[in-house]
Amino acid sequence: MTVEPVDAAASRGPARGLFAGMPRRRRRRLSLGAQYTLFAAAVVVVALLADWPTLRENFAKQEVAEQLFPDIITVGLRNTAVYTAVGFGLGLAGGLVVALMRLSTAAPYRWLATAYIEVFRGLPLLLIFIFVAVGVPLAFPGTEIPGGAVGQAGLALGLAATAYIAETIRAGIEAVPRGQVEAARSLGMSQGRAMWTIILPQAFRIVIPPLTNQVVLLCKDSSLVLFLGITLEQRELTKFGRDLAGQKGNTTPIIVAGICYLIITIPLSLLARRLEARQRRGQR
Amino acid sequence: MTRTGEPAGADAGAIEISGLHKSFGANEVLRGIDFRVDAGEVVCVIGPSGSGKSTLLRCVNLLEEPSAGTVRVAGAEVTDPDVDIDAVRRRIGMVFQSFNLFPHLTALGNVAVAQRKVLRRGKRDAERIARENLERVGLADKVGAYPAQLSGGQQQRVAIARALAMGPEVMLFDEPTSALDPELVGDVLGVMRGLAEAGMTMLVVTHEMSFAREVADRVAFMDGGVIVEQGEAARMVTDPDHERTREFLSRVLDPAAARVQGGER
Repeated sequence: MTVEPVDAAASRGPARGLFAGMPRRRRRRLSLGAQYTLFAAAVVVVALLADWPTLRENFAKQEVAEQLFPDIITVGLRNTAVYTAVGFGLGLAGGLVVALMRLSTAAPYRWLATAYIEVFRGLPLLLIFIFVAVGVPLAFPGTEIPGGAVGQAGLALGLAATAYIAETIRAGIEAVPRGQVEAARSLGMSQGRAMWTIILPQAFRIVIPPLTNQVVLLCKDSSLVLFLGITLEQRELTKFGRDLAGQKGNTTPIIVAGICYLIITIPLSLLARRLEARQRRGQR
Repeated sequence: MTRTGEPAGADAGAIEISGLHKSFGANEVLRGIDFRVDAGEVVCVIGPSGSGKSTLLRCVNLLEEPSAGTVRVAGAEVTDPDVDIDAVRRRIGMVFQSFNLFPHLTALGNVAVAQRKVLRRGKRDAERIARENLERVGLADKVGAYPAQLSGGQQQRVAIARALAMGPEVMLFDEPTSALDPELVGDVLGVMRGLAEAGMTMLVVTHEMSFAREVADRVAFMDGGVIVEQGEAARMVTDPDHERTREFLSRVLDPAAARVQGGER
């Protein structure tokens, strides 16, 4: 902040319209006051006009909410977590392989990795789910993707996550200073040894925040399991909420399912932001 | 290995460089270097920036691939396409201007990691040797510290310990004190002086003329990708033959005077 000129005429100079002719500080205070007033007015209008009993009846009906438990946790939330974890696990393993291929000195590996990344980042995730659920059994009759619904959902999520995580890991590897490889090589480490022992541990530290965000995305995307055709025990949060909303003729299950997602995603987002902030403050 | 006809090691210097050229694209950085460092010798390479000193050093352990010429270190031909370069590099310690410590490892970890992964020493042996070397560079009390918690001078001394722990036959120093605050330079030079006195073969690229004069056996002056002249350290620093060397030394030894002179020209 620079010190503002004391000269009143100078500070009045550029002002136009409503606040013309006022000192700058007073103008700022007035503008802020106007914004608060508008906000308060909007809150009052919504509170007065809304039909609270109807809203409550439809969105937060206690009897309906009570019937959701414990299944929405033990089935819905649990399956969401399982699909996310399997998808992330496959995506992390695949992403590491594709990232290393992308950085390979052998050109065919680079082409293959680039093609994979471009294809799977360019496709709607829903299409990948349908491909895994419908396309694979059609193309190879009799083949089963191991693990049933978990396997199918994990595979679909993992195929897409591989592409995104590969790019993240590649960026992380490239962010490690060149001198690190040189130091490792000058100590007699091979290229692979230097990558594994020196570069990757540093790269992973760099990419933990974006990977955490990737988990949040996968958690939400696992809702596409809806389209797989699954049994009652395999339902995750979205399908669970939708089914019960239909059964009870009430929106409450969808709201509760939404809250369950937020229980996972908000802490993860906060964690990612904390890690990012710590990294910005951190060494180097 | 004996393609020159002489048994390796008999008359071989610790480092032998002949006909070394190195180009980066159209830019020829080294234009024919013939150079030799005997076992136990300490040689300083001086010269203006861009003269190819660091590139010369980096060609010795093949961090840069020479465009032409041969480099032999302790009897092994580094430039032989069939050489196991990782095996040769184990015998060559290198210290960088920017330290290049591994930030995710403690001082002890930095010194132990290559012993374990490259030399396959057990954890206890590697850590014992790491401690000995950290003690040797005066950092026995910083064993558990991460690089970010150390001063530049301390980091550089850990880097020296890290190279020493591999038991190298030759040590390369690439401007080891150029990134340090002036008050921290002395500690690092002290460690290097101790190494020299212990008989280590050292090739040092440096701007520290007092170190070159007092510690080095020989000084080589490089300019424009060639070694302009080389000779006994004290004479090279005080009374060199070539005009270019003299001009460089006058600028390095008395920067203020050089600036005034430069202004007058």
